[in-house]
This record gives sequence, C-alpha cells and structure tokens, in this order.
Amino acid sequence: MTAIYGLYNSPHDAQVAFDRLRSAGISEGDITVMSSEPLEEYEFGSRDRKTVMPWIAVLGAVIGLTGAYLLTSLTQKAWAINTGGMPIVSTYTNLIIMFELTMLGAVFATVLTLLKTARLPSRLPKLYDPEISMGKILVGVSGADSESVRTALQSGNPEIIKTR
Amino acid sequence: MTPEKSNRLAEDLLRPVLHTSRSFYIAVAIFSAIVLCGVATWGYQIYNGLGVTGDNWPVFWGFHETNFVFWIGISHAGTLISAILRIVNATWRRPVTRCAEVITAFALMIGAMFPLIHLGRPWLAWWLIPYPSERGIWPNYRSPLVWDFFAINTYLTASLLFLILPALPDFALIRDRASGWRKRVYGWLSMGWQGTPKQWHRLESAMHIMALAIIPIAISVHTIVSFDFSMAVVPMWHSTIFGPYFVAGAIFSGIAALIIVMALLRKLLHLEAYLLPLHFQNLGKLLLTMSLLWGYFVFNERLTIWYGNSPHEMNVFWSTQTGKYAPLFWAMVLFNFVIPFPLLTIKRIRSITATVIASIGVVIGMWLERFLIIVPSLSRKSTSYSWGSYTPQWPEIVILCSSFAAMALLYCLFSKFIPIISIWELKVGQHPQIKKAAKVQDAQAAGELV
Repeated sequence: MTAIYGLYNSPHDAQVAFDRLRSAGISEGDITVMSSEPLEEYEFGSRDRKTVMPWIAVLGAVIGLTGAYLLTSLTQKAWAINTGGMPIVSTYTNLIIMFELTMLGAVFATVLTLLKTARLPSRLPKLYDPEISMGKILVGVSGADSESVRTALQSGNPEIIKTR
Repeated sequence: MTPEKSNRLAEDLLRPVLHTSRSFYIAVAIFSAIVLCGVATWGYQIYNGLGVTGDNWPVFWGFHETNFVFWIGISHAGTLISAILRIVNATWRRPVTRCAEVITAFALMIGAMFPLIHLGRPWLAWWLIPYPSERGIWPNYRSPLVWDFFAINTYLTASLLFLILPALPDFALIRDRASGWRKRVYGWLSMGWQGTPKQWHRLESAMHIMALAIIPIAISVHTIVSFDFSMAVVPMWHSTIFGPYFVAGAIFSGIAALIIVMALLRKLLHLEAYLLPLHFQNLGKLLLTMSLLWGYFVFNERLTIWYGNSPHEMNVFWSTQTGKYAPLFWAMVLFNFVIPFPLLTIKRIRSITATVIASIGVVIGMWLERFLIIVPSLSRKSTSYSWGSYTPQWPEIVILCSSFAAMALLYCLFSKFIPIISIWELKVGQHPQIKKAAKVQDAQAAGELV
C-alpha cells in the first residue's frame, strides 16, 4: 500500500495540511500525524485524548489490594504462628503490605494500558521519517496517493512531500 | 519551536551520549576501582564473618544500617520531587526531573544492598520473597523487615518505570540520529515510538497517574524504614513522630543531593544554558523549608523526651547532648541548620555556590543524623548491663566510601547512555503558552505579582 506524506517546519503549516486533507474527504482517522514533541495546542495534536486509563489504574489497584489481602491472610492461616501476642491474621500489619501491593497494582495497570493503547512495542510503520526527530512534523495518509491528497499536503507549504 | 532551534537543543543534550571524552573513561575507571574495593571488602566480610565489623553486643546495627537509612533517604530526592512538581505543573521542573529521578533509582538500589551486606549469610535473602515453598512457610508479614522488602521493591519498580517511560521519545530521537550498533540498541529501547498524538496523550496520562501513585508510595517507604526503629521498645526509638520525622529528613537530604548532582552536571556536561540559576534558587528555597521543618522535628523529639524525663531515655539523650556523641550531634545541627540557614535565607549570598555548600553540609549532617538515631540508642538500652559501645572498623568505612563511588559510577554511565535532561519535555517548555505561564510563575515567585 502506498503512503504519501509531507514534512512541515511549523505546527501551523501542519494544521493547514491537516485541515485541507479533511476537506478533501479524508477521514480524521486515516490521517497520520507525527512529531518529536506533543503539540496539544493544535487541533491535530489534541485528537485521541479520551482514555479509560485512570479507571484501569483503579481496577489494577483493586486487584492488587485483593491479592495482597488473600496473600497475607491465607498464608498466615496456613502456618499459624503467634507473634508478639498479635492475632494470627494481624490486620494492622497486613495493611502495610496491602497498601504497597495496591499501589503496585495501579502502577502496573497504568503501564500495561499505556503499552497496549499506544501500541508499544511495535515496528516502525511505512509512514515514518527520521526527519521527525530533527523537529519536522509529518502529516500523511496511507493508501490514498491521489492528486487531491497531494494538493492538500502541498497547501501547508511542506519542506518536502514523499511517497513510500 | 522551529526545527533549527529543536535541533540545536537536541544536539546540546545528546552530545554527552553521542561523543565520549577521555575524562569520562578516567572517571569510570576511578569509580569502578573504588566500587571493586567495596565488593572485595564485602567478600572479605562474608568469608570472615560479621566479627570484622564494629558490630558487637549490644550494638548490632552500625554503619551498614546508617548507610541503609541514609541512601533510602537520598532516594526521596527524585521521584517524589519530580512527581510533586509534575502534579502542581511547575514549569521550571522540566530540566530537573530526570536528574532527580535517576538519583531515586540508583540510591534505592544502593540502599537496598545494605541489609544484604549486613546479613551474615546474604544468600538466604530470598527467604523474604513470598513464594509457595515445599515447606509451606511464608514470610512473617508482621516483621518490619518484610514491610521494607515490599515497600522498597514497590518504590524501586515504580521509580524505574517513572524514569524509563518518559525516556522513550528521547530514545527514538537517538535512534533516528545514530548509526551502527547505537541505532539498533536505541531502536530496541524506543520500542517503535513514533510520536503520534495518541502516543503523546497516553504517555502524559500515564505519567500523571504514576505521579499521583508515587507520592504516597514514597512517603510510605520512609515511614516504613522508620518503623524498623519505632516498632522496637528501645530508648528514643519507640516514638510516633518517627514516621513524619524520617520522611522530612529524607526529602531534606534528597533535595541536597539533587542540588549537588545538578551543579556537577552543569559544570561537567556544560549544561549552563539549561540548568539555570533559577533552578538552584527554587531548589534552595525548598531546601531551606526542609531545614526549618527538620529543625522543628528535632526540637519536638528532644523536648518531649527531656520533659518526660524517663531515666532510660535520658541516658541516651545526655549521651548525645553532652556525652560521647555530643560532637557528632552538634556537628549535625551545624551542618543541617546553622550553616544552611544564612546561606539560603540571605538573598545576596544565595548563589549557586552557596546553595551547593549548604547542600554538601546537609548531606553530611543527615548521614550523622542517621548514625545518631541508631547507635546511641543501642549503646544505652533500658538496663545498664546491656550498655556497650561501637567503633566502626575498616571494612565498614571502605563499604561506605564505595557506596558513594557506586552512585557516581551509575550516574556517569546513565548520563552516557540516556540524555540527563528530558529533551521533549524541554521542547514543550518552549511552547508559547507554556513560556507565558512560566513567566507568570517566575514573576510570582519573585514577588512581582500579587
């Protein structure tokens, strides 16, 4: 599948190309934008903002808490030793382990959600250019190398337009 | 930011990664030699037993435990400060955060080594790990040492992730600029980072959530380290103030360590354009706040014990005020309060050099504080027949020195392979809106705006 993209020097130019691509009938989801820094001030950079990550972190925390409760209470019952006059299942001291594993659950859930939703690790796609790391902004489309796309990309005054 | 500016910034910050100077190899060789001496000394201690240390009845905790508490305290510099600054959106944080997070990761690793070093048979340390063994025995979850195991490992795991995740875009930057083996290695490390808006949003969301999680974790870690002492009925240990007192002390020593490291990086890696006097000013103010808080806690702790006048505790109290440990106690007060206070308060003398001098004093003072918490109390237990003394021996001193060399070595190696300042975060700081917000914050900090 052919990919066509332009490399832009400023986010403003990238935004112009992005808008023209949409006007040319390319759906937002089909337009790829890449940059070496987050550009949330621009419309193209504020896409895909919605995430359920905080809720998954909470779920991870609940799993961590439940696991810690089961680990401490079941194992203490499995080999019952009276320590310092404390009860066999000593809630106060177990709360420390439960707290740590709750937080660990939240952290792991957050990281796994990040990896899953940001599609990491992955191979670099066809629509990628190392010039992005030199400060350029890539705006491109996969599988639609038509004249209208090329004109739209050109309207943003790109440094170069490439096809792959 | 124009591509030219962006390139210049990246080139400046990637120079230490892509070019190696001779002084780097010399520094690594020296630090490695000292670390090897420490490892060999540990081997000598394992072979001959703990008798080669100054630990003896009734003082079984000496330098090794002091170092443990000290390094765990130093670890509070990084991730905690970075997380707090991230949450309050302090714009000046950008060049500071990674320098700080690295301290956390390495200080935790070094700190966690000391309970192992202090074990006569370190190969049995895995007994702390909860796993279904054939004997059906599990760790004793009522033991503060098991709490340490869970707390330190949670903090270490979270801190490493907090350090590595925002480095992914910088790895991608190196991948695209490097060639040969570097391209392959950084290609693998960057995990295929592309820089799509979705990836940026997810990364920032993850960092925000982790920052929120890490603050209570960090506080819990040093509280739990304080429980190692306060759960024991030993004079001057069994105190409810120990949790917050340890946390405040840890943040205090952590900020001091961060300032020293930043000053060294600024000088050695020529980062004068990025680590500005403003950063030292702001961290100096935080250090001053923590110095006052530390003084407040020490006064509270001492006054309560003196007023209570319990004979067991007064023995320890007077040994630190006027007795054998008094020189160390008053040196600690000098380093932690008397020297930093004027250096950080008087605006005219609050330069980078003055802030660094104050920080060096604080690091020494906080090591003394850890020693004074541990040794005098064990030397003067409740009954006079269990009194004794402690004199450190050469293996403990060598291992202490090698722990500092290990920190320096790990830091050198890290700054060689990973940009010590987050490049993409610095670029974000140059966005017009954020620059404007930063100017307002700076003006507010300088008292120009109400």
